[in-house]
Amino acid sequence: MDVLNVEYMLGLVPVLLRYLPLTLQLAGIGMVLALILACLFAVIRVLRIPVLNQLTIVFISFFRGTPLLVQLFLFYYGLPQLFSALTVIDGITATIMGLTMHFAAYMAESIRAAIVGVDRSQTEAALSIGMTNGQLMRRIVLPQATRVALPTLMNYFIDMIKATSLAFTLGVTELMGATQKEAAGSFLYFEAFIVAAIMYWIVVELLSKLQNYLETRLNKAYNR
Amino acid sequence: MIKLTSLSKHFGKTVVLDEINLTIEKGEIVVIIGPSGTGKSTLLRCINFLEQPTAGTMTVGNLTVDVNRASRADILAMRRHTAFVFQNYALFANKTALQNIAERLLVVDKWPKEKAYQRARQILEQIGLANKADAYPASMSGGQQQRVGIGRAMAAEAEVILFDEPTSSLDPEWVEEVLGLMKQLASERQTMMVVTHEMSFARDVADRVIFIDGGRIVEQGPPSEIFSNPKDPRTKDFLKKILATNPV
Repeated sequence: MDVLNVEYMLGLVPVLLRYLPLTLQLAGIGMVLALILACLFAVIRVLRIPVLNQLTIVFISFFRGTPLLVQLFLFYYGLPQLFSALTVIDGITATIMGLTMHFAAYMAESIRAAIVGVDRSQTEAALSIGMTNGQLMRRIVLPQATRVALPTLMNYFIDMIKATSLAFTLGVTELMGATQKEAAGSFLYFEAFIVAAIMYWIVVELLSKLQNYLETRLNKAYNR
Repeated sequence: MIKLTSLSKHFGKTVVLDEINLTIEKGEIVVIIGPSGTGKSTLLRCINFLEQPTAGTMTVGNLTVDVNRASRADILAMRRHTAFVFQNYALFANKTALQNIAERLLVVDKWPKEKAYQRARQILEQIGLANKADAYPASMSGGQQQRVGIGRAMAAEAEVILFDEPTSSLDPEWVEEVLGLMKQLASERQTMMVVTHEMSFARDVADRVIFIDGGRIVEQGPPSEIFSNPKDPRTKDFLKKILATNPV
C-alpha cells in the first residue's frame, strides 16, 4: 500500500470547499420545495379531497417506487426529447426537480401520519370554538404534527444532501462532480473521495446538532 | 334561549336521538341524566354541530338553523354561539393555559392580542389558575386541565355552555374543584346544559333535570320532583341503580 498523500488531501480541501455551496443549495432548495409539496400532498390525503387524492396516491407511488437516478435521467434526458420546450432544463434544475418530487413523496407519508396522530379530541375542540378547517390545521394540527414528523424529516434532509451527489451524472459540478474531476486529474482516488466523504460527514453532523436543538425546543410543551 | 324542534340523529339505521323537543331559558341550568348510550352526549354534540343532526331545527339566541339546510356559515355560527366542555378536557397540547383560553378570541373573534390576553388572564383569575398562565397542559393535573377547558368555554361568552360528562375522566380527588367551578358559573346564571352522573350536582344546582332513555326525553322536572317522586318506571329504575353507587 502506498502512503497516503496527506499534502494533496490538505490542498484539495479549499478547492472542494468552493463546490460545497452548490451542494447545499441543491439540498436546501430541494428541501424547501419538497416540504411545501409534501404538506400539500399530506393535507390532500388527510382530507381525502376527491380526484386530487387519487392523483396524489399515484404520484407518491411512482416517485417512491422508482430509483432517484432513473427519475433524474427522465427529467434531464427524457423529458426534453418528448417536449422540445423543456430543453431549457439544465442539470441543476433537473436535479432540484428530481430531489423535490422524490423526497416529497416520502415526506408526504410521514407528514400524513403525523397529522393523523394529533389527538382527535383537539380537532373537535378547535371546531367547537368555531375555527375553520384552515385555522384548525394552521394553529393546532400542523404545529403538533411538525414536532412528531421532525426527526423523520431531518433524516430525509440528510439523505437529500447525500443524494445531491447524483447530480454529477447530469454534468453538474457540485461537491461530488468536482471531486470526480480532481481525482481523474491526479489519479489519487482514495485521497480525493475520502476528503469529499469527510465534508459530507461534517455537514450531516452539524445538521444532527441542529436537529437536537429543534427537538428540545419543540418538546418544551410536553415536559411534565 | 335555546329551542330544539324535532331534533333527530341517526347513525345508519340506529336512531340515537328521536325527535327531541326542548326549550331552555336564558340562565337556566339543565342537567341531563340517563343510562349510557342513550343519546345524552350526542344531543350536546349535535347542538355544537360536532355531529351533523339528521333532522330538525335548532335555535340558539338569535340564530335559527334547519339542520338539513345548514350551510358551512350556519355551522360555524352555531358553533360560535355554543361552547363545549369535553370529558377528556381536549386542551390544545401545543398551547399554554393562557393561550388555550385566548385562542378563540384571537382566531375566531379576531381580537387584538393584548385585549385577548387581558381577557384570558381575567378568566384564569376566575378559575383560580392565575399562577398557571404559562403552564402547558402536560404539566397540569386533570382538575386543572378541566378548569382550563371550562375557562376556554367561558371565553366564548356563548349563549350556552355544553358540559359533556366534565368530571367522568377525573381522578376522584379533582372532581370537587371542577364541580365547584361549575357551581360558581351556575350562580352567575350562565346558561348550562350538563350531561353528568354526579347526582348531587344535579340535585343541588340544576333548575331542571331531564331524563333521557332510548333517544327520547322520558321525564323532566325540577330536581326535587325527579329525585323524590319519579313517575316513569324507567326513571325510577335508573335512579335506583345510580343512587345505589352514587348516593346523593
